[in-house]
Amino acid sequence: MGDFGAALLTHGFLQAALLAGLLASVGCGIAGTYVVVKRIGFLAGGIAHAVLGGMGAALYFGVDPMRGALVAAVVAALVIGWITLRFREHEDTLISAFWAVGMAVGVLFIARTPGYSVDLMSYLFGNILLVPREDLWLMAALDAVLLLTVAALRRPLLAVAFDEEFARLRGLPVTLLYLLLLCLVALTVVLLIRVVGLILVIALLTLPAAIAAQHAATLGRIMLLAVVLGSLFTTGGLALSYGPDLPAGATMILLAGITYLVSTLLQRWLQRRRAHAPATARGAP
Amino acid sequence: MSGAPVIELRGVSFAYGAVPVLEGVDLAVPHGEFLGIVGPNAGGKSTLLKLILGLLEPTAGRIRVLGRSARIASRDIGYVPQYPAFARDFPVTVEQVVLTGRLGPGRLLGGYRPQDREYARWVMTQTEIADLAHRRIATLSGGQLQRVLVARALACEPQILILDEPTANIDMRVESDIFDLLRVLNQRMTILVVSHDVGFISAYVRRVACVSRTLLCHATESIDGQVIHDLYGGDVRRVAHAH
Repeated sequence: MGDFGAALLTHGFLQAALLAGLLASVGCGIAGTYVVVKRIGFLAGGIAHAVLGGMGAALYFGVDPMRGALVAAVVAALVIGWITLRFREHEDTLISAFWAVGMAVGVLFIARTPGYSVDLMSYLFGNILLVPREDLWLMAALDAVLLLTVAALRRPLLAVAFDEEFARLRGLPVTLLYLLLLCLVALTVVLLIRVVGLILVIALLTLPAAIAAQHAATLGRIMLLAVVLGSLFTTGGLALSYGPDLPAGATMILLAGITYLVSTLLQRWLQRRRAHAPATARGAP
Repeated sequence: MSGAPVIELRGVSFAYGAVPVLEGVDLAVPHGEFLGIVGPNAGGKSTLLKLILGLLEPTAGRIRVLGRSARIASRDIGYVPQYPAFARDFPVTVEQVVLTGRLGPGRLLGGYRPQDREYARWVMTQTEIADLAHRRIATLSGGQLQRVLVARALACEPQILILDEPTANIDMRVESDIFDLLRVLNQRMTILVVSHDVGFISAYVRRVACVSRTLLCHATESIDGQVIHDLYGGDVRRVAHAH
């Protein structure tokens, strides 16, 4: 850890990595909270994996893959949104198919991309140590879009996340707001690609918010706590992985997973203690 | 108010696919009525409400609510669902839930206006949940949650209040409390309430609509064993009550 602190001061790439982790945490705290409370983790997973199709196509046609990812993520969000609205009874099958086909398209494009061989692993599992400076700007811009959208539309977004039927009766544009929510998730997926990669996105999107939801009472507080937790996981994962030269993304996810497990057990224990406390106080046999 | 009915159904039918749920339903609800809707399980009570709310479109017939189409008029209806469409553990406070009743198509950006917060406080006082304002809904009892749902419906400033089995999951004492509240509210608005309990609601409502694929209205005074027998197709234990 001491090594990491010293290295952080001297190496620009580590500073960029740290910043990338923090920028990603903002997005995953905000969008992840909606994913957790609205229980759309599976939809978010589908969006994340289908993005590989767009990245592969971008590489093949010689476009910046992050731009391809951005377009693909929004398209994937709209397609998956349409599936859930139109074919609710088959949504799990259709999303699974879209999930896999998106990845397959990406793999085929990458295989056919001429010239230097593309590091597929870095898209799938992230490589936070190689985040280009222009990607940091893209991430900051995506965070700004997320923050502004959620701040401006926090009331209708809460209404739609909480009770769609009632929101519809109030005359809110429920379908539009639902698709917007999925697009916000899509932007967050793009934010996280450089940090943990497409495959592990879903963990960083859900775990900080899920832990926060166990301890905070309102959406706003859950978001804030999830951003803090996400920052701890990305920074902690980066620091822990640096010395032994482990993959940073996987270390972050493991850290988040262990924290979630501990938090869940702690919450269970607290609940049980609370449930038993009155009986014990009364001296029940 | 004019004599025109606030809710009018003419020859309304509805089917889920090939399964008919309602057939040839005629209903006119005048302003200020307190109408009870009863009938057997799966007899079409909730479907009737969803048609009036514009959540479903009739397969035949015409529905006018407040002189408009049902879908447009839903903004002026306060609705209390039987099974809330939300998760009980959703991280939201009582006040936040009631405030969602202040939302409309025209004011989406930013926060609530002071008059919205004031109105929400007023309906929470009226429904006796003001002291629960900052509690999470996960911590409420069934009766308290029911009051929150009524408060949310009232926050819409409705002209019509529609409740689907408002007392299905709460005890008898709270049930009377809720209906006493509805009686007070009926001085200001038209109320429709679905219930499985004919005996109980006929002490409160003036007219009962019996829904079992078709719809028949009875003045509460005229409900006797034969009516209930026809409706439920069997002997139903009746609780005697005075009108």
